[in-house]
Amino acid sequence: MAKSFDVRRQPGFSTIAMLCFVMLYLPIILLVAYSFNAGESISHWEGLSLRWYASAWQNDQIQAATIRSITIATTAALLATSAAVLAALATTRTRPWRGQTVAFAMINQPLMVPEIVTAVSLLIFFAMLKVATGYTGLWYLIVAHTAFCIPFAYMPIRARLQGMDLSLEQAGADLYGTPVKVFRYITLPQLWPGILAGGMLSFVISLDDVVITEFVKSAGQDTLPTYMLGQLRRNITPEINAISTALLALSILLVTAMFFFSRTRK
Amino acid sequence: MIEIDNVSKLFGAGDSAFRALDRVSVNIRENEFFTLLGPSGCGKTTLLRMIAGFEGPTSGQILLDGQDLSDKPPYRRPVNTVFQSYALFPHMSVAENVGFGLNMLGRSKSEVAATVTEMLKLVRMTDLADRKTSEISGGQQQRVALARALAPRPKVLLLDEPLSALDFKLRKEMQLELKRLQSDTGITFVFVTHDQEEALTMSDRIAVMSAGRIRQIGGPREIYDQPADRFVADFIGDTNFLPAEMIARTGDSAQLRLAQGVEVTARAGQIDKTSGTVTLAIRPEHARLVAPDAGQLTGVLDEIVYFGTDTHYHILLDGFGTRFVLRLQNTPDEMRMMQQGDRVGVALAASAGQVLKD
Amino acid sequence: MSPIRTRAALLAPAMVILLFAAAGPLVIVLIYSFLTPGDYGGVIWDFSTDAWFGVLAERDFFTEELSWADAHLMVFWRSIKLSLMTAFLSLIIGFPTAYFIATRPRGSRDVWMLLIMIPFWTNLLIRTFAIMELIRNEGTINTVLIAMGLVTQPVQMLYTEFSLLVGMTYVYLPLMILPIYASMERIDFSLVEAGYDLYATRWQVLRRVIFPLVKPGVVAGSILVFVPCLGAYVTPRVLGGGKQLMLGNLIELQFGQLRNWPLGAALSLTLLVIVMVALIFYVRAAGNEESAHG
Repeated sequence: MAKSFDVRRQPGFSTIAMLCFVMLYLPIILLVAYSFNAGESISHWEGLSLRWYASAWQNDQIQAATIRSITIATTAALLATSAAVLAALATTRTRPWRGQTVAFAMINQPLMVPEIVTAVSLLIFFAMLKVATGYTGLWYLIVAHTAFCIPFAYMPIRARLQGMDLSLEQAGADLYGTPVKVFRYITLPQLWPGILAGGMLSFVISLDDVVITEFVKSAGQDTLPTYMLGQLRRNITPEINAISTALLALSILLVTAMFFFSRTRK
Repeated sequence: MIEIDNVSKLFGAGDSAFRALDRVSVNIRENEFFTLLGPSGCGKTTLLRMIAGFEGPTSGQILLDGQDLSDKPPYRRPVNTVFQSYALFPHMSVAENVGFGLNMLGRSKSEVAATVTEMLKLVRMTDLADRKTSEISGGQQQRVALARALAPRPKVLLLDEPLSALDFKLRKEMQLELKRLQSDTGITFVFVTHDQEEALTMSDRIAVMSAGRIRQIGGPREIYDQPADRFVADFIGDTNFLPAEMIARTGDSAQLRLAQGVEVTARAGQIDKTSGTVTLAIRPEHARLVAPDAGQLTGVLDEIVYFGTDTHYHILLDGFGTRFVLRLQNTPDEMRMMQQGDRVGVALAASAGQVLKD
Repeated sequence: MSPIRTRAALLAPAMVILLFAAAGPLVIVLIYSFLTPGDYGGVIWDFSTDAWFGVLAERDFFTEELSWADAHLMVFWRSIKLSLMTAFLSLIIGFPTAYFIATRPRGSRDVWMLLIMIPFWTNLLIRTFAIMELIRNEGTINTVLIAMGLVTQPVQMLYTEFSLLVGMTYVYLPLMILPIYASMERIDFSLVEAGYDLYATRWQVLRRVIFPLVKPGVVAGSILVFVPCLGAYVTPRVLGGGKQLMLGNLIELQFGQLRNWPLGAALSLTLLVIVMVALIFYVRAAGNEESAHG
């Protein structure tokens, strides 16, 4: 029998794709592998050990940075997601209105403006505020993170709202549900996957941020990423790999969870 | 029971405003199966949504049992809707969907449960009460949507093209089912459709709409046999339109002269004229194919189209410049030996035609 | 409450936060770019256009002669050149990969895409760091090369433009694959069959049928890679090691060691303008595509 003609095949494409996946994962795999190195090198394997995890765990600076990172990410994700839910309710399923473009531009602004520019502008603005108010606490970072998390929280929530059949809410109203009840029993239950996705995205984005944090933080306010960036100037040990691996595991866990969550809900 | 009084609806503002409804007035009676029929964009769905409370009239008012509905939001109207997309809540079971309205009204748990059971029995869905709405077929979803809208015992049930998503056989079945439910429950049904056959089969009365206006209101027979104007005649069924000269009129009967000099009698319908040029509408099945010298009109057979139950004969009439379509039922023993190009005659049934308003 | 008031109330929290910590401060940057630098950072509130001159020109300290600011021009040139090269390299790798994923069976496509997305959602610094460990002189590649006897001295890759190119491609590649895949997935493969039926070769089908269909995705991907490359800060800082400055690092330098905040502000706004031009170009292209197909 003659071989059937595969219309989808393009010569060489699969090879490049495979190389691409290898290229994407090889550096990460090596990074993870050397976090378990018994020696002090990040390129010579000297045996399996958890010593760098232990050392990172006992490092006061790393502990403080971890707690700070998680505090900021949790707070920022909660605030950004709440603001995004309200904003999404206001901007979906309405007829075009004046100021709509401005609202969208505002929400998407953190995605369009280069992070370094936002970082610089916040450095200047918060420096003024710090002088004026005397307050130098963590809230500057939290507010900055909340702002750039809003578009990430907004996107999945808005997508979910737009995908929602408008007639469902009308059916709710038709069946004697007051606006509050319709939101409580019909809109919200269906919005949950979007809210959860938005929240998780925000959390991951906040946790990963380097540039804005680096410029906004006051002395002694290192988060995990800025701490790591600072360490690069010194002698690098697998301790950095250990922290990276932990962060990596958290991100992969959240993204994969989100993936399966959105898949089962479809 | 529902009085729609001189209702207009404009979308947008100024010169670019779109007039979805133009001074519409209808009275829908108690316990009636009332159908709004028209092509898409004719305003029928807008009118339905207005009764439900999702749109407000720009002018005019809508009364239910003599009460003005204007300021009542949808959730304060004793009116329920079966949505075109069914709009079943995907996060609730079949039973939860059916019970939703009663729960919103704050009825007791036992009452809700009893009504849900009763309603599911009514639409023959008892076995699937605990299913998710995504796990049942289109026809079953349709029944759940019906049960859900009927459960609070509304005064009026609004149905927005509820059968359009079903396949042919299921649609026929549901047409009968809907008719049965209407007579069983005694609730007034207001049904929106663009399918003229569906409207003719199910309705007690039909309002034919076009471009935001009501063209004719009447029973199915009346609408079909005595279309008021060219739009209605054209939209419902197939019709031949012939130009004619009115020469005399007595009551409902009009004497007309056609292009071949033939004189025929037709119903005058709602027309005020007693003379001048008019349009005569003749249904394809109200004429017979005869020998060239046996009918009122003559012509040449141009095309023969076989349809299974019947055959359509397209005739180029002498002196008209238009085609005349004639429909004859096929019978097993019959063998019509006519061929394309044959000269034929057309015999019109007595007072078969209807004179149309312009 | 009226619908308009409800809408305003719903929008308010997000708008206030964004105005306070995203859009508003940009105005202050604009003001700062017209002020005089303070001796120890910050600004003196004296109007000056020096910062804007300083973006492209420099004044000789003694003779007061104006000349091109070669160092800045170098950085501009490097940023644009490397961003274009990164976009191109990403396209060469990303296009076949997106095609590969889009031609998998429906069920497994999501999983392949998840494999693309996981690196994207992991920390940018960590990914840059992983590349650094790979290409530095004591890194994996050089260790392997020396062990195989191919070289005797480690090849200097880190702190070169090559390292920036590799690093940024690695970091931003998913941004290329994502939009190309999105438009590729919608391709009706009967169009491809029609192409073959009408005597097109594989190459001709690719060039004349598939590529035009996914062009919006290719444009989107290229811009999505180009824009963040232009403003990149972390990757050039880690992989360029202060030797291969890009715009982001030049801006940081003004706020750090060089203590010239107005110049930093002017450079930031210049970067912003370039990015906005690229984005407008993108929106136009996307809009044209839509109206052409709509």
